[in-house]
Amino acid sequence: MKIIKLGEKITAANDREAEALRQRLKEKGILLINLMSAAGSGKTTLLSRIIKDMKETRIGVMEADIASDVDAVRIEALGARAIQVHTNGMCHMDAGMTAEAVDALGDDELDLIFLENVGNLICPAEYDTGAGKKLMILSVPEGDDKPLKYPLMFMESDALVISKMDAREFFPFDMEAFTDRVRILNPDIKIFPVSAKTGEGMEALEGWLSEALEEWRS
Amino acid sequence: MHEMGIVLHLAKTLDQTAAEEKLSRISKVTLQVGEVSGIITDLFVDAWNYFKPRHPVLADSELVLEEIPAVTWCDSCKSKYETVRYGRTCPYCGSGETWLLQGNECVIKEIEAE
Repeated sequence: MKIIKLGEKITAANDREAEALRQRLKEKGILLINLMSAAGSGKTTLLSRIIKDMKETRIGVMEADIASDVDAVRIEALGARAIQVHTNGMCHMDAGMTAEAVDALGDDELDLIFLENVGNLICPAEYDTGAGKKLMILSVPEGDDKPLKYPLMFMESDALVISKMDAREFFPFDMEAFTDRVRILNPDIKIFPVSAKTGEGMEALEGWLSEALEEWRS
Repeated sequence: MHEMGIVLHLAKTLDQTAAEEKLSRISKVTLQVGEVSGIITDLFVDAWNYFKPRHPVLADSELVLEEIPAVTWCDSCKSKYETVRYGRTCPYCGSGETWLLQGNECVIKEIEAE
């Protein structure tokens, strides 16, 4: 009998798989973006707009859900490559599942791959999927208190999209209090208020995506 | 559901460790779990008991959970306080410029194996 001191994270095996996937995609020049948010924040609507606007960029989408294929059908209808991933009850995507999904999608002739994670502000933040960037969405109707309740998601993300800006007048969303709460958690996060419906703010967000891709390839 | 995912990852990490260290049996696993790690101990043990027989190397393994208390640091008045009792606002100066020092860990401290 021997005692082995590990001091390793519980997710160490996952983190190694994530790093391997990140390196593989980096060599291919593909930027994988882990898109996370609560259910109903407008992930698929935002992606649809990005696909329509960024015609020069070859985009693939992996739609992760516990069940159904409605999201993948919506994305494919726009002409982008898409697959549906079922997590079989799991509340998040991990690196092994993501690597399998990338294999199923095919990683040839693509620039950007979006992993649309399971709609949930908690668990997806805890698992490294192997993505090069993490992008989160918080929609105006969800409220400005969410950074207080789900801090990890805001701490882990590289950029934050505030979606459904077109609905702002109908909700008591305090933009200043919200961004202050976010900046305390993550001073470096990029914030993009957008409406995928009217197009407000989309140019800035798409500019960030293009820059992130360029940086990834340099 | 959340605990199930964590145990699944734990089992995977332990399987890999066993393969690397050429271990045939892990008899004890000691984890350090932070007070605000979001893990519910009872559910975690249930999930562990479900997965254990499915991983031969873990079949007789005992699980020990050590809790790490959550402590927050206040950047304004440079003091430490109990996170769970006071939350994000410093009880000494009322500042919100506070950071969690410890308490969200989820670490495999050590294993006993042969």
